Amino acid sequence: MDKKLPTIEIIEKYCKGCHICVEFCPTKVLEMQGFVASVKNLEACIKCMQCELRCPDFAIKVTA
Amino acid sequence: MAFDYEKYIRPGKLPHIWCPGCGHGIIMKGLIRAIDSLGLEKNNTAIVSGIGCASRLPGYLDFCTLHTAHGRAAAFATGVKMAKPEMNVIVVGGDGDGTAIGGNHFIHACRRNIDMTYIIMNNNIYGMTGGQFSPCTPTGAKASTTPYGNPDPAFDVAKLAIGAGATFVARGTAYHATQIDKLIAEAVQHKGFSVVEILDDCPTTYGRRNKFKSVIEMMNRLKDIAVPVKAAEKMTPEQLQGKILTGVLYKEEKPEYTTEYAKVIERAKGGK
Repeated sequence: MDKKLPTIEIIEKYCKGCHICVEFCPTKVLEMQGFVASVKNLEACIKCMQCELRCPDFAIKVTA
Repeated sequence: MAFDYEKYIRPGKLPHIWCPGCGHGIIMKGLIRAIDSLGLEKNNTAIVSGIGCASRLPGYLDFCTLHTAHGRAAAFATGVKMAKPEMNVIVVGGDGDGTAIGGNHFIHACRRNIDMTYIIMNNNIYGMTGGQFSPCTPTGAKASTTPYGNPDPAFDVAKLAIGAGATFVARGTAYHATQIDKLIAEAVQHKGFSVVEILDDCPTTYGRRNKFKSVIEMMNRLKDIAVPVKAAEKMTPEQLQGKILTGVLYKEEKPEYTTEYAKVIERAKGGK
């Protein structure tokens, strides 16, 4: 597979577990692991950056 | 490429104090992106606030910032702009701070048309002080001081600003994150008093009392009630029932206050 995957960095110290990124990801890349978000399915990421834009806690960084 | 927000945030200030799911963080990011897109200098930009959850925002930002008395942000900001007319002045605050306690300052800043941007984060409640109802709490909604439902009709902040004389009025929501920075950037560029109302969610003091099961439900409400101005032109009044218009709602050019005041100074010195 030659598709270049983005990197999704989740800063666990900042994440407050509000679920916004998990619910509004159009391709369901993220999931909750306990109280913090984590990456479940990176291959599905379409780099729309909605998780980064909507994260109120500055906890997600998507590098495409 | 991930946006480098930390460039504009004071070191060691994150994580912020806002509750999980509070939209203030989303709006702060929008403000940072807007400032970045305009290339405003840190030393030439003043961010002023009053008291409240939303008014904690300037504390995180690495600009010239002022955290002032409750509701008095517009008054302090007017002082900054009069002393340094070349400075970009941005006021941030909540609905209680801006339209109740600071309502008088707000309408008179609108009337003067002084060149600054007022961002009102409207979460329909006084969050920090314990969930008292504000002038933006919808009729029938519950707050700690209206446990049987709020009998008062709510302010339409945009109409209030237009009526009071603001020359640029826009509205966005915390859900529509990509629109926030564009609205703020356009407002900052406008010469005159510009108001950007951003509808927000307060899951802790408003959501819990008003039967919102989660942050997601509150965000979906924002998504459902928002109608862009252009789309609304093709809709009937019945379809627009319960909806709120978003986008740039009003724009006009009028003489700006600091420019007019400079002319007064010239006249007082004996010029024409």
